[in-house]
Amino acid sequence: MSQVTEYSEKVLDHFSNPRNVGQIENASGVGTVGNAKCGDIMRMYLDIDENNIVRDARFKTFGCGAAIATSSMATELVKGKTVEEALKVTNKAVMEALDGLPPVKIHCSLLAEEAIHAALWDYAQKNGIMIEGLKPPVNDIEETEEFYTMQGEGK
Amino acid sequence: MDHRIYLDNAATTRMLPGVFEAMRPFFCEDYANPSSAYSFAGEVAKKVSDARSVIAGAIGADGKEIFFTSGGSESDNWAIKGVADSLRDKGNHIITTTIEHHAVLNTCAFLEKDGFEVTYLPVGENGLVSPDELEKVIRPSTILISVMFANNEIGTIEPVAKIGQIAHKHGVLFHTDAVQAFGHVPIDVGSMNIDLLSASAHKINGPKGIGILYVRSGIRLSNLIHGGAQEHGKRAGTTNAPAVIGFAEAVRIALGKMDKRISYETGLRDRLIDRVLEEIPYTKLNGDRRMRLPNNANFSFRFVEGESLLIMLDRKGICASSGSACTSGSLDPSHVLLAIGLPHEIAHGSVRITLSDETSEEDINLTVDALRETVERLRGMSPLYEDFVTKQKG
Repeated sequence: MSQVTEYSEKVLDHFSNPRNVGQIENASGVGTVGNAKCGDIMRMYLDIDENNIVRDARFKTFGCGAAIATSSMATELVKGKTVEEALKVTNKAVMEALDGLPPVKIHCSLLAEEAIHAALWDYAQKNGIMIEGLKPPVNDIEETEEFYTMQGEGK
Repeated sequence: MDHRIYLDNAATTRMLPGVFEAMRPFFCEDYANPSSAYSFAGEVAKKVSDARSVIAGAIGADGKEIFFTSGGSESDNWAIKGVADSLRDKGNHIITTTIEHHAVLNTCAFLEKDGFEVTYLPVGENGLVSPDELEKVIRPSTILISVMFANNEIGTIEPVAKIGQIAHKHGVLFHTDAVQAFGHVPIDVGSMNIDLLSASAHKINGPKGIGILYVRSGIRLSNLIHGGAQEHGKRAGTTNAPAVIGFAEAVRIALGKMDKRISYETGLRDRLIDRVLEEIPYTKLNGDRRMRLPNNANFSFRFVEGESLLIMLDRKGICASSGSACTSGSLDPSHVLLAIGLPHEIAHGSVRITLSDETSEEDINLTVDALRETVERLRGMSPLYEDFVTKQKG
């Protein structure tokens, strides 16, 4: 069982007041990772300037408290970093910055790392550059048509 | 938190002070073991016997047919394993449904490893079992049908009387897990053809750790707990006298106010459902609108995830529950929500709200406001909602 009391104060803070929620118009790179079926989807937007520095990072996340908190922390950690430095922001770093996660939520921090990588990959693709050590993202998004067509009883 | 709004009464309920008072003397003063011979014990035994009669009366049974257990899970285990063992020469087939509590489902899965065959009957999208479909899967080797009285997640009240009638027509025993229904809605084991019934005290403002199994007189049922001669030799273990007495007091109170409670809770529930469906778009009510427990509402809010919704509600002082995988530690959302045909991603965004007669109209109004704000906020963060809006525009 995961309970509110298992989350650190930092996780609850980043969940309740997430930093950098939103999207970036004409972002330098956008990455979406996760799977709606499993209950987590993260999308990260990066604005990278001509000096390869992450000027801004934004996110949108569908997921549990830990998924939102790790997304928020990941955007904070990559902001102001060079592309190479951003690539080195690991799930461990995200977790440590949040004062830890309950064991069943560790996958959320992995998702945050993957989201950064996916956004950087998109940036590299758009600009026709190679970033050393960056692998193409594993795209396991599975958005069923059903999800969009299901009629609710409400509006 | 200045004010807590407790809306998880299907998980457990507040024990009433009157119930606590009824139990109090049996801890430090009248502590005798009711099975002992002296008069000190006899007085406790008399109270236990009276309690048994009160509880029996609540379902139209006789005191001799009521066996105290540690709670609903033990009662379910005992009913199913007990029948399976005592009737294994007659047959090895059990019928249940896909929406049962895990106390039933996991017990059936355990028996499957022991040579029993189990049919898990699917339900319709309203969560109702079809008696006709049930009748079709009865075999000559069927020894037990176990269908819950009311579902713990979506509140659907099953057509128990009809199922009991079919079971008896085919000479099959009928067990019902009535943990969510007992004391909340009228139950009559005679007219409903119920042979075995599980119930629990803590769902009706009684103490935790005490339940009953009703066993129709004349039914042979193997023991689950072997040992001493308590409960007519059918369930060993020193009688938990304070809990039994508290259970009976909770039943007495529940029966006394049942009609009033049903109409109050139904009114409140319907206002909750109407407001949520009216004010929060892309929302669905899970479970049958009409055939449902007076205190249950279960919604799916598309594009949001249940655990984050629950934490945000918690931060506003509201206690509710979710069918999201993230609240259970598994990858799959609730088996009940999947059984009524919800896709995984919509099941992840479900919230169960269960009221009590202590819930006020103000509580419900605050809850709807909190739900609306929270869902809106989470949708603002949701990439699924973003994609949906983009698609709508496109």
